[in-house]
Amino acid sequence: MVEGQIHIEDSVIKAALESVPDPEVPVLTVLDLGVVRSVKLKGNTVYVDLTPTYSGCPAMDTMAVDISQALEAKGYQAIINLVLSPAWTTDWISENGRKKLEEYGIAAPLDELSDKRALIDGDRVVKCTNCQSTNTKLISQFGSTACKALFQCEDCLEPFDYFKCLK
Amino acid sequence: MSVDRYILSLSDNSMILGHRLSELCGHGPTLETDIALTNISLDLFGQVRGFLSVLAARQGSDVTEDSLAFLRREREHFNCILTELPNTDFAHIIVRQYFFDVFHKMQLEVLQQSTDQDIAAIAVKSLKEAKYHERFSQSWMLRLGDGTEVSHAKMQVAVNTLYPYVHELFDLTEWEKELIESGVAADTETIKEEYYRLIHQTLAQANLSTDGLSNRYAKGKHGMHTENLGFILAEFQYMQRAYPQMEW
Ligand SMILES: [Zn+2]
Repeated sequence: MVEGQIHIEDSVIKAALESVPDPEVPVLTVLDLGVVRSVKLKGNTVYVDLTPTYSGCPAMDTMAVDISQALEAKGYQAIINLVLSPAWTTDWISENGRKKLEEYGIAAPLDELSDKRALIDGDRVVKCTNCQSTNTKLISQFGSTACKALFQCEDCLEPFDYFKCLK
Repeated sequence: MSVDRYILSLSDNSMILGHRLSELCGHGPTLETDIALTNISLDLFGQVRGFLSVLAARQGSDVTEDSLAFLRREREHFNCILTELPNTDFAHIIVRQYFFDVFHKMQLEVLQQSTDQDIAAIAVKSLKEAKYHERFSQSWMLRLGDGTEVSHAKMQVAVNTLYPYVHELFDLTEWEKELIESGVAADTETIKEEYYRLIHQTLAQANLSTDGLSNRYAKGKHGMHTENLGFILAEFQYMQRAYPQMEW
């Protein structure tokens, strides 16, 4: 069983990583997103394993650079290694991350089955981030970034992003 | 090495189709479909980066992800002809995408068990994305095929043009057969029947017919392409040819 959230011993390193936002969803840190897979300190060098959310996610390179800079600012050397396996899933987004997404106006990913119902069958199961109504309809399966779909609430008329379930 | 060629053939399907979709950036029929098609393109190019970076690391010396992407000639590309056929209209874009997506998804499902660890890892990752692509293209197949008189007619023309190339997805080259033995490559014979069952089910639901259509000659996996690929590469490789080794 692969855990989404990893344990980071060193509090300075942890704080450094907590300061790095996802450039496309800046309300989430790279730790919230669950893309940091392992952190190892050897001497003064921090080895970070990073996994992409979607294969073509253009934010990956930026994240790697941002993580290096955050660690270097704390006096470390950083070596970032891109790993593909095991593949990222939206289950790895932290509880706190899900909460932050909702507050930011992005509906957090539903379980796989409900996600299918929402995106394929057009069932009204995604909750509006503005008024909490589930009277919402799918506008587009693909949204502003690869990880999101576009919905609109039919009660308050708010258009909003839904973070698609990836499993 | 045959495994290198196999990785290129997997990668080239995604790269050439990804390029075709990228041509639509800013030209999609609606904002939503424009964004969807370019998102799919982005996923496909992400997979290409996975494959080509693995291949570059294995080949070593001066081979890079970029040299593999931008400096091969037509005959050194092993994508299926279907992926290089022109966009023509939205009907062609959707039908091409749907025929490919179903195959891609099923092929990746098998490749998850590849004995080549790198191929298996990329397959696990890409499969999740391919499922979304299929949902998108299938829903449009139904909506347009079973839509208005005009949309139906356009979809039928696209099926007539593209269906004759579908058989090549299952063409097994000699170098591929060896790799199937060793568990590296996917034996597409095992998914062929189910593939045709699925697409014919969708075609029937969408009121589209393949009656009277026969297979057309297609040997893209052998490096033999239509003239389309030359035009694609002329644009795709322009920067590296004009300014060798340029970087962003
Ligand atoms: Zn609402």
